[in-house]
Amino acid sequence: MNSDWNKDLKIKFTVQDPCQIVRKSYGDPIADDLRFVVKSIVGEENFIDMQPNRSNNYCCGGGGGFLQSGFKDERLTYGKIKDDQIQATGADYCIAGCHNCHAQIHELSEHYGGNYGVVHLWTLICLSLGILGPNEREYLGEDLQEVNVFHPETAM
Amino acid sequence: MAETVIKLGRKEKPSTFIDKVKQILPEGGNLNACLTCGACSSGCPATGLADMDPRKFLRMAALGMDEEIAASDWPWMCTMCMRCIYVCPMKIDIPQLVFNARTLRPREERPRGILGSCDMALKNETTSAMGTNAEDFEFVVGDVLEEYQENQPEFADMEAPIDKEGAEFFLNQNSREPNTEPDEMVPLWKILHLVGANWTYGSKGWAGENYCMFLADDESWKKVTKTSADQANTLGVKTFLNTE
Repeated sequence: MNSDWNKDLKIKFTVQDPCQIVRKSYGDPIADDLRFVVKSIVGEENFIDMQPNRSNNYCCGGGGGFLQSGFKDERLTYGKIKDDQIQATGADYCIAGCHNCHAQIHELSEHYGGNYGVVHLWTLICLSLGILGPNEREYLGEDLQEVNVFHPETAM
Repeated sequence: MAETVIKLGRKEKPSTFIDKVKQILPEGGNLNACLTCGACSSGCPATGLADMDPRKFLRMAALGMDEEIAASDWPWMCTMCMRCIYVCPMKIDIPQLVFNARTLRPREERPRGILGSCDMALKNETTSAMGTNAEDFEFVVGDVLEEYQENQPEFADMEAPIDKEGAEFFLNQNSREPNTEPDEMVPLWKILHLVGANWTYGSKGWAGENYCMFLADDESWKKVTKTSADQANTLGVKTFLNTE
């Protein structure tokens, strides 16, 4: 696994610390593990941490059932802090390892106009390994649709 | 020192909400230990929503304002992310206070979206909040797997088993992928294949989401979780791998 695919592209990434596995379970050590993986696949120079981070990071606002509770305006207001953190990094993508975070941050990106992408970690691991096909790129933007494509002839 | 003891509040204090929560938490959740420093509120993204914040919420509970707490929508806007207890010098378990505050409303009056998703999960042994049954899940997984085995020959031997006995890992799966974006299941399958992981889904309890937990319906939450755990045990799986 390496970051050669991004050596010239220099696409920038940040990462959300999922409350469940970081603050609520394994703490900073797993947040460091997460960063080790992210830096390995996107390149250390292309990773920009949001502030604050690790155990001190903010919840995105998608957890605890908030996504389905019906309080949409409040949920977006809650997420303003997260959106500000991400936009301050200037990253093109936010990596979200948690399903709730993924949905919430995706909506924040559209609502506040940051227009950064939100991707699952496994998508980028496969991209880096050169085994990500053309139909597994739902959450990748235009900039990554043609990069390191596995079996491009199978595009649907 | 004063000669007589000053008594505050009502003469006979009825059991309040905060007393009940203290009884079920280790060390009473330290709910009596607040210094009112406000570190919780200053670092909480839910501060200001519904005219509430964590410190105010705890003070209201301490003052026995149970009706006002029950009437507030704020417990449904707090994600119980635990940043407040993380920064609290007294380690006060505000998130548990919030979770239990959700039970102050009759079940049917809790947010409809969460309620509906919990009820749907209870209707089916798959525990899917989207109501996906075992047959449909098996079809989608099999169909997608076959397509990738053919189109990407390097992965001709890749597996996505359901109910494989003796597997090392029991993997759960959010219902959203099999329902709306099945190709998104594949990258994780590929990684598991490349590292040689011996894993399986379960025909029962494969769905990773648990809205009954968010609903603060303990009995239903337990039922959903137990369905997954029982299936993992029945298959003799060693490790539960939670992707949620």
